[in-house]
Amino acid sequence: MRWTEAAALAVILLGCAQAQTPPPQAPQMPAVPAPAAPLVRPGFVVVLDAAHGGSDPGAHLRSDLQEKDVTLALSNRLRSALRARGIDVVTTRDGDVNPSMADRAGTANHAAAAGCLVIHATATGSGVHLFTSSLAQAAPARMLPWQTAQAAYVTQSLKLESEIDSALAHAQIPVTLGRAYVQPMDSLACPAVAVEMAPLVAGHVTEARGISDAGYQKSVVDALSAALESWRSDWKQ
Amino acid sequence: MITRAHKMLFLVMLLACVIMAAVLIRLRNRAQDRLQAEASAAPPSIAEGTSTPPRAVTLYVPNDLDGSLTAVERNLALPGDNNAEARVLLENLVEAFHAPGSTHPIDVASGVNDVYFLPVPQSAGGGQEAVVDLSGALAAAQPSGIEPETLTLLAVMATLHANMPQITEVHFLVDGQPRDTLAGHADLTRTYMAAEANPEPTPVGAGR
Repeated sequence: MRWTEAAALAVILLGCAQAQTPPPQAPQMPAVPAPAAPLVRPGFVVVLDAAHGGSDPGAHLRSDLQEKDVTLALSNRLRSALRARGIDVVTTRDGDVNPSMADRAGTANHAAAAGCLVIHATATGSGVHLFTSSLAQAAPARMLPWQTAQAAYVTQSLKLESEIDSALAHAQIPVTLGRAYVQPMDSLACPAVAVEMAPLVAGHVTEARGISDAGYQKSVVDALSAALESWRSDWKQ
Repeated sequence: MITRAHKMLFLVMLLACVIMAAVLIRLRNRAQDRLQAEASAAPPSIAEGTSTPPRAVTLYVPNDLDGSLTAVERNLALPGDNNAEARVLLENLVEAFHAPGSTHPIDVASGVNDVYFLPVPQSAGGGQEAVVDLSGALAAAQPSGIEPETLTLLAVMATLHANMPQITEVHFLVDGQPRDTLAGHADLTRTYMAAEANPEPTPVGAGR
């Protein structure tokens, strides 16, 4: 355990011990309350986190195209598609702003979501890259350390990743699976997957398509919507 | 008129000058000997090429299209000490990134400033933490994205762990300073377990 995690735990324990007295100030890294079972609330809410924004452009995908614009466009299209299917959606940003990682995680954790998608884009590779947290699965607890809250949800995150993988395969979009340490994913108290969209490289069943290709983006959004629709009936298992 | 006392004073001062000159010459010679001894005892630098005979090493080169790491065998003459050996390994890895037709292209000629070693206190088998100081040029040339950045870190960790198994943990700096991410995505604030990058038996990040 790193000292930062230990410090966060110490803050949590101190808070519990002093529960009878009003806390003087909210801690900088608050603990994440997590119901023991189920890990998320009964309602089905999906959180979409469009990465980067504002002064942080993210990757320069082309001379005239920045990652922050692609992620926001994807988030907006996916939000519409999910709402059309009757799914509640919470977004961490709706415009060209850059909330802090703590604010993004705070928004997601406050929603107590059944699924969280962290949306990225890159000019490297082909198809869609799906990443779950590299944290090892930890037992559910009433209070979770802020920086490793995702550890209690790793198994569910892998199941959600599998749903998305199947839906993208059905749409004949190449998928690369991996695990990574990416913020704010490790602080999310929900089944979470980072979805990174890359251009399509021509292959046996695919033709080359740029990342800004409207048809390609629609295929990805449709596949993600279908996966989350399917997740709605599977996530409690 | 020069008195006898003046003559005596002049002789004493002359004698003192001669003694001081002799002492200075002696001190200078001793300092010169000490510097020569230190220079001959210093470890040979990489540039001088005074290294052991070439031995087989394994570099793990990423493939951006499928997210895998491919083992590439090379024969390298590695220097004697650990720091220089790790640096030579990683410089060769960065050369593979830079080579024409690379499956993980990063347009930079030199990517590692230095590699330092720290003991891991909890390690029973004498494990070491490698602190890899990447160059700012590598970070600037690194394609931005979760996959390409993660693959770069995994390639560094897998290459170090495969050739220097005593390395159990890896921490990254850029130009000697801590940094949040490599190029906007992969987290550099944490210490990585080198075994996490083990590409056997299936490729890291393998998909379809």
